[in-house]
Amino acid sequence: MEIFELSRFGGTMLGINDPWILGVYLLSVLSALLCVGYGLVNWNRGGEKEPEEIRDEVSWEKGETSMEEKELGL
Amino acid sequence: MDILLLNIIVLVYILAVGYLGYRGWRETCNSSDYMVAGRKIHPYVMAMSYGATFISTSAIVGFGGTAGLFGMGLLWLTFLNIFVGIFIAFVVFGKRTRKMGYNLSAMTFPELLARRFDSRFIQYFSGLVIFLGMPMYASVVLIGAARFIETTLAINFDLALLFFSVIIAAYVVLGGLKGVMYTDALQATIMFVGMAFLLLMTYSHLGGIAAAHQALTDLAPLVPANLAAMGHLGWTAMPASGSAWWWTLISSLVLGVGIGVLAMPQLVVRFMTVKSGRELNRAVLIGGVFILMMTGVAFVVGALSNVYFVQHDSVIAIAAASGNSDSIIPVYINRAMPEWFVYVFMLTLLAAAMSTLSSQFHAQGTAVGRDVYETLVGVRGGRSILITRIGIIIAVVVAVILGYLLPPSIIAPGTAIFFGLCAAAFLPMYACALFWKRATRAGAIAGLVTGTFVSLFWLVFVHQKEAVPLGIAKMILGRDVLISAMPWPVVDPIVVALPLAFLVTVAVSLATQPPKAEHVEKCFEGIE
Repeated sequence: MEIFELSRFGGTMLGINDPWILGVYLLSVLSALLCVGYGLVNWNRGGEKEPEEIRDEVSWEKGETSMEEKELGL
Repeated sequence: MDILLLNIIVLVYILAVGYLGYRGWRETCNSSDYMVAGRKIHPYVMAMSYGATFISTSAIVGFGGTAGLFGMGLLWLTFLNIFVGIFIAFVVFGKRTRKMGYNLSAMTFPELLARRFDSRFIQYFSGLVIFLGMPMYASVVLIGAARFIETTLAINFDLALLFFSVIIAAYVVLGGLKGVMYTDALQATIMFVGMAFLLLMTYSHLGGIAAAHQALTDLAPLVPANLAAMGHLGWTAMPASGSAWWWTLISSLVLGVGIGVLAMPQLVVRFMTVKSGRELNRAVLIGGVFILMMTGVAFVVGALSNVYFVQHDSVIAIAAASGNSDSIIPVYINRAMPEWFVYVFMLTLLAAAMSTLSSQFHAQGTAVGRDVYETLVGVRGGRSILITRIGIIIAVVVAVILGYLLPPSIIAPGTAIFFGLCAAAFLPMYACALFWKRATRAGAIAGLVTGTFVSLFWLVFVHQKEAVPLGIAKMILGRDVLISAMPWPVVDPIVVALPLAFLVTVAVSLATQPPKAEHVEKCFEGIE
């Protein structure tokens, strides 16, 4: 599984010799950091359509409630 | 250990859960509230609920113990859990799912797919797959939790099983998805704190990150001969390529659990609970860190427990746990951690089990109520909540009965069967629904049926881990598995069923008439 010799870089990194394991250890941390970075950069993006969706939703909920009242006689 | 103190802590926790369930119930007015939490859930609650549902006790104790046995190779699963299970799931699948679910007024995962492809068959067939496939998975978690209550709180197992089920049933039935998600967020917070402490204390105990890993690397000569024969080369090394453990690691754990998560109905439905893409952007941040703290910590600590046991008892972890890998994490916590942490960790495990179970029951309830019953009978709307509540009660009763009846050998493959089934049956159709406008109803149905049956066939006749305990292959063919030549008995169904189902979905779609342009337009409105 050795794809490169870590000892050439002055011994093992983080006490792990196998580059596949060292790699995935770092990848796991980096992918969590990617999630953090993405979340921060896009913190306020994606909510542009929200007001109109909420309007639609309110009218849908009204319809649903009146339907329930009609069907269940509540 | 002070049983009285522990009982009091658990009681306070149950009261907090009860209060959140009550809040869910108070805030539930219609079926949209009950099934998709009114589509207005806070990103913190959404992300924590997704994470807590994703991570069950078995992910921490079971897979953590597997890492204690085989080492850090399991971190590939953590990487996929975060990158695929959170990042890809939220950013690539989640945003489209939310928007399309909204466009089509879908309230369950099968309903989203059914409306996208305009097919009632898809809704009730998918509902059936969920309702029939999930009970075994749910009873695995239920039994684990009841056993845990039995041993820690000194309550009789049968009583524990019943008591625990009644508590969960109460807040799921009454509070709907709001109740489930509010309690999930509390449970996830407890889990996060517990696992963060576990990581910090383990590394500080073993002299820091690099020193701890180095000590684990140096243990490689202690790998027992039987594990070495399976490909085990040490706890900080990948298994030998092509060995039995390598195949299991790559195909079952990494692909099955890592990719399969994309099409889990109880997780997908959470994308439909937020009001805009912005909430998903914020939830990604929380979800990524949460999952790293769950499986990442469990696997690193599981592997590092070997160093602790060798230093203190001169034996490796599996020997310290008397040969049962499920006991590695509990034994390590009891031996290496201060007593106050044992209480925290028990609460962590209880929270992990409850959050997974509540969502399973909710998903099964909506599957049988909304997707199967309402679709077949042709009723819509008014009685949705009532029918779903009855569905949830049926799901709880079935899980409890299975919990009493099933022998452990049948129960163990329960999780794998459901994960594999979900991935093969739903993922091709779900991915095409979101990303391929040319996909047709016939293509989706063909892929769904192919994925379901190829998966089941492989589980029953080829994949040794399920085929042997199920015993159906033995009964019909007279031998344990259909193909005994390596590596087939250890190749997970997902490796075969998923690509095949994808291929069938695409081929049949291309061979049939494209769907009506106006319907596709309605589905994709607002999606670039």
